Amino acid sequence: MSVLAYESTPEKATAKKARSVEPSGSRPTRYLDPGRIILYSVLFVAAVYYLLPLYVMVMTSMKGLPEIRMGNIFSPPMEITFQHWVKAWDSACTGLYCEGLKVGFWNSVKITVPSVIMSIAIASVNGYALSHWRFKGSEVFFTILIFGSFIPYQVMLYPLVIITRELGIFGSLSAVVFVHTIFGMPILTLLFRNYFASLPPELLSAARVDGAGFWGIFFKILIPMSVPIFMVAVIMQITGIWNDFLFGTIFAGIKNFPMTVQLNNIVNTTQGVKEYNVNMASTILTGAVPLCIYVLSGKYFVRGIAAGAVKG
Amino acid sequence: MNSIEIKKLGLRFGEVEVLKNLNLDIHDGEFLVLLGSSGCGKSTLLNCIAGLLELSEGQIHIKDRNVTWEEPKDRGIGMVFQSYALYPQMSVRGNLSFGLKNAGVPKAEIEKRISKASEMLQIEQLLDRKPAALSGGQRQRVAIGRALVRDAEVFLFDEPLSNLDAKLRTDLRVEIKRLHQRLGNTMIYVTHDQIEAMTLADRIAVMRGGKIVQLAPPTELYNKPVNKYIAGFIGSPAMNFLKGILHGGDQPYFIVEDSKFPLNGYEFDGPVPEEAEAYLGVRPEHVVIGAEAEASVAHHSVEVEVVEPMGSDTLVWTQLCGQHFRVRVDGQSELKVGDTLEIGFDPSKASLFHAQTEERL
Ligand SMILES: Nc1ncnc2c1ncn2[C@@H]1O[C@H](COP(=O)(O)OP(=O)(O)OP(=O)(O)O)[C@@H](O)[C@H]1O
Ligand SMILES: [Mg+2]
Repeated sequence: MSVLAYESTPEKATAKKARSVEPSGSRPTRYLDPGRIILYSVLFVAAVYYLLPLYVMVMTSMKGLPEIRMGNIFSPPMEITFQHWVKAWDSACTGLYCEGLKVGFWNSVKITVPSVIMSIAIASVNGYALSHWRFKGSEVFFTILIFGSFIPYQVMLYPLVIITRELGIFGSLSAVVFVHTIFGMPILTLLFRNYFASLPPELLSAARVDGAGFWGIFFKILIPMSVPIFMVAVIMQITGIWNDFLFGTIFAGIKNFPMTVQLNNIVNTTQGVKEYNVNMASTILTGAVPLCIYVLSGKYFVRGIAAGAVKG
Repeated sequence: MNSIEIKKLGLRFGEVEVLKNLNLDIHDGEFLVLLGSSGCGKSTLLNCIAGLLELSEGQIHIKDRNVTWEEPKDRGIGMVFQSYALYPQMSVRGNLSFGLKNAGVPKAEIEKRISKASEMLQIEQLLDRKPAALSGGQRQRVAIGRALVRDAEVFLFDEPLSNLDAKLRTDLRVEIKRLHQRLGNTMIYVTHDQIEAMTLADRIAVMRGGKIVQLAPPTELYNKPVNKYIAGFIGSPAMNFLKGILHGGDQPYFIVEDSKFPLNGYEFDGPVPEEAEAYLGVRPEHVVIGAEAEASVAHHSVEVEVVEPMGSDTLVWTQLCGQHFRVRVDGQSELKVGDTLEIGFDPSKASLFHAQTEERL
């Protein structure tokens, strides 16, 4: 008997130990799980793969031309210099003018800001009306609008040139803003319509009983509830319009070329030596705006891409 | 005086006719419940009264004023929605004051009304919270409060309790009844819960397929349902129906298979047919057992098939003349499956329905 009793004690002890790892409370985080190690390695490799070009660009932009000609593109600069950045911004030559990218930057700002505001203002009201104030033919209207997003841009370029000419705005900032507003319409309207349609209609009924009209409901109820979707729209539009090259080249006129067009002119210049450092600096400067937007609003940016991917 | 008059109202969604030639008068200060199964058009009717839907035909008068073409805000109504529909980005105070601000009510008056309503509904401590930080019952109170501050003539409730759990539902039901007694406003209350309807209503309008089938006080609805649908819909557990042949004459009786049920004391709605196929409806709670049963005019022996104890009383399933028959007995009774039970009922409390039209006879 006593032997048995003795033997049973260690058993009890193990049982107790087993019970102590029985799930209870918050789940312990396992840091070194093999799955995670593989996941992080893959992510790390992918990140390096995509970051390497950026690294090369940054390094090259800070080297002098003689050092670049040595060809060690991965090695850090022996002597760090920012003069090429300054040159890119202030005095790089784009065709006839040698005023740097700053002209294009301000042009891009002058194009992007009004285009983003206009397109979102119009599209959000469109989406609101189409989702909650159905009128006769609203479905047809919507279908036509969406159909617009399936037509290749290039097809509409010539008619748009004619239209802007007739309006007397061809070759000006207003023409680019006008074109961007039009081309933003289908996708943004769809985005807003779908978002607003997902809001409970009873909410709007309640607001109507409370005496709010079309605009009252829109400004006081819907917009405060829809900040995320407005963020998504703003990000989509800023990146899209900032990166645009085609409309800028065609509609803006030489004095109003956006940054992307100027960048192209700097990089593709056929005269003199190729200043790789200045080119790299210019490219980074041009890409900096969408990049900053991405860093500052990563969460919304991803949502915007997802929304674009599903519907575009 | 009538608070609301609905005249020949019709409503179509495209081809679908949801409400047809509907007439309804609601008295001043009345608590009217719209009862019906899902999809019968209750919410649609309520939205028509509120002015949230355009009528296809007919008129709506509120307080002797034709409001058919008026906006919801001008109709003197307050509405409580099924999903509460609180403005999520506003605090409770903001929710309560939104309508008043839109109407241009002075600040001091807004404050006064909010404090009065919040005191009545016991939501004073919640005024600065957002709806997301409230429980279901609290949200419901706020939704009621939003209707209350409008000082409306008429309150419209669209299934305000259906998202709540059973206990809270019972509590809030009583509160709504108290509120009505205190305010004395006209209230229209949509539900598909017959207990809610029976407990709250002065009158119940039972709807089916876009029409009002019966409009009557709860007791009348319970005792004299106009058709088999309502008879089966009102009352829990549901009424028993025995299919058989009705024989009229001086001494009407009802034959199910070989059994004869005398109908002494049954009040026919119209002329008694000579002979007709019919349903005899008997409520489980109107069935008596044992000695009492033997004393009643129609009594039979049945075998207990299933026993469902429910605490206060017990539901016994049996077969009567080969048809299912439920009997409600005292919760303390110790009946077992297989026992023989003597049952009887009073024909004057029963209901007869025509087999084809299903109308009350
Ligand atoms: N916008 C609409 N378009 C077409 N048909 C509709 C529309 N709204 C409601 N209906 C139809 O009208 C009928 C009545 O709807 P209603 O919402 O009034 O039902 P209800 O009685 O309130 O039901 P529940 O108890 O489920 O809320 C339903 O058959 C529904 O399909
Ligand atoms: Mg409904």
